[in-house]
Amino acid sequence: MMSWSHHLIITPILLPMATAALLLLIDERNRTTKALISLVSILLLAMNAVVLFRIESGPNDFENVYLLGNWAAPFGIVLVIDGLSALMLLLASLLAVASHVFALARWHAVGAHYHSLFQLLLVGVNGAFLTGDLFNLFVFFEVMLAASYGLLLHGTGTLRVKAGMHYIAVNLVAALFFLIGVSLIYGTAGTLNMADLALRMPQMEPDRLMLMEAGAGVLGVAFLIKVGMWPLCFWLPGAYSAASAPVAGMFAILSKVGIYVILRLTMLLFGSGPSAGFGADVLLFGGIATLVFGTIGVLASQALGRLAGYSVLVSSGTLLMVLGINDGIVSSGALLYLVSSTLTIGAFFMLIELVERGQDAGANVLAVTMEAYGDGEEHDMAEGEGVTMPGTMAILGVCFAACGILLSGLPPLSGFIAKFAMLSAMMGTGSIGTTPGAAVWTLIVLVIFSGIAALIAMTRAGIRTFWGSLEGTVPRVLVVEVVPVMFLLSLTLLLTIEAGPVMRYMDATIRTLANPAAYIDAVRNAVVIEGWGPGTGAKAGGSL
Amino acid sequence: MELVLSIAIGVMTTCGVWLILRPRTYQVIVGLSLLSYAVNLFIFGVGGVKSNRPPVLEGGVLASTLSDPVPQALVLTAIVIGFATTALFLVVLLAARGLTGNDHVDGRNEKP
Repeated sequence: MMSWSHHLIITPILLPMATAALLLLIDERNRTTKALISLVSILLLAMNAVVLFRIESGPNDFENVYLLGNWAAPFGIVLVIDGLSALMLLLASLLAVASHVFALARWHAVGAHYHSLFQLLLVGVNGAFLTGDLFNLFVFFEVMLAASYGLLLHGTGTLRVKAGMHYIAVNLVAALFFLIGVSLIYGTAGTLNMADLALRMPQMEPDRLMLMEAGAGVLGVAFLIKVGMWPLCFWLPGAYSAASAPVAGMFAILSKVGIYVILRLTMLLFGSGPSAGFGADVLLFGGIATLVFGTIGVLASQALGRLAGYSVLVSSGTLLMVLGINDGIVSSGALLYLVSSTLTIGAFFMLIELVERGQDAGANVLAVTMEAYGDGEEHDMAEGEGVTMPGTMAILGVCFAACGILLSGLPPLSGFIAKFAMLSAMMGTGSIGTTPGAAVWTLIVLVIFSGIAALIAMTRAGIRTFWGSLEGTVPRVLVVEVVPVMFLLSLTLLLTIEAGPVMRYMDATIRTLANPAAYIDAVRNAVVIEGWGPGTGAKAGGSL
Repeated sequence: MELVLSIAIGVMTTCGVWLILRPRTYQVIVGLSLLSYAVNLFIFGVGGVKSNRPPVLEGGVLASTLSDPVPQALVLTAIVIGFATTALFLVVLLAARGLTGNDHVDGRNEKP
């Protein structure tokens, strides 16, 4: 029998969807009401994610497959929650809380339907983390993208519309790749259920399997565009730095959705069996190229927004590389890195807007560069109302330093622990015990160098922003704007203090992922509820 | 039948790829539309090209004589989503035209 807590699996999708619909009905002038409803919804979502995370980190065997419409698994669409999904849900909802509170100061007021779009983005992100079906993944991916188009354009201005146009065009092409990949997989394997697909792959004839791998490759291109793997990444820094601050903060999770899907599908379909290790080289060398490109970008950036945009690429590149190595212990360090870098970049995007507010737009940036990226057009924006933060410069400075420490991977914050976990596993001082080859040494050098580059770039930017400004004007920063940034940064501190339990959770998650049989069995053996709904007729576990 | 379908998909993809690489926004949107038509036909094609085969299961009908309903469902979803995103892109295109004063994809007004 199903307990009430089972429905918690689907609430992360239903709750924001209902909220988005409800918010559409409320007039745009009742902004406070809308913001309040949205806030309540996001807080409930975060609580839901915490409960799911606690269930997943506990020892009890939670029934983790949700049959939509009570249809048995290979025929109906399933939602599946495991350690990885629960972790990503929690990460997304915590980032959403921070981003939403930040937007309350002023950003949600500069355009229509901000809150609805934000909720729809959450529907897409949460759905992508939960679904166990490839086509359903496409639908949630599109919901997420469509909402992100609207959010990127929020606040308008020439810069945003230009960046938005590139972003939309690139992602529409990515969606077409997604469709081609999905249809090739369906055409060859005859199923879109991920678990069923993994089950059928070993029995496929070689020529069919080749086509199915081609489909998986095309599908991978769609996600790699989202992740920003070089050379599919040139849209990313422009789009992320053009977005308004809370939106850019939230966008930090979008590239991680791509990473999540690649990790999930690689471990499930290509972990073992006839096509084990498929695409690993592409991820490895693509990751290296992305990391190099991102590092050069970080060093070359003059505007802070671009710097943050390239930091996203550095983070993506590191993660892709680790996925390319495809080694259990390294991957669990990479999961911690994923969480840590998402929180950092989210906080950094929001912090940039606060830091730059006090300055003459473009004072730090070469005139030529300014012209290329458009000039600041938000001078006439309404001042937010609320309590001003005391000791503004000190707090902003501390937050900026924390971001620098996190991005470059210095102790004591979680960026260091994550990189340490990855590097020590790569060097073989972990429990692998093998001497690393030339490729792995390259990776180690690159990861360390990217940290140094981030340190140089952040130091330079910090000196220019905090010590080098001649006017010494202090930006007017509200408490509600600083608190989200501090919240995200304190989460990274928490990750450091609780590093032991966190690493154990990551290890357990990777172990579960490395054993796809459990996932497949859970989906195959999910039982329909007797006497309810359309699934009653179709018997569970019907083998074709 | 299969040959005609694959030639049509190929021609549309070629035109679409060429068009999205052009510098004018209007060409890009036409290119995207052509590409999405090609992809929709492709999805439709993976179910096998059959005529006069209903996708509805009824009593006494052999499953092998039916056409696969899943690609048809997929293609419907893809059409709807593609339609909506194209409309959105059209709005952004017009906004960019209004803000930058020209229809170059980078908003710059280069001399030919």
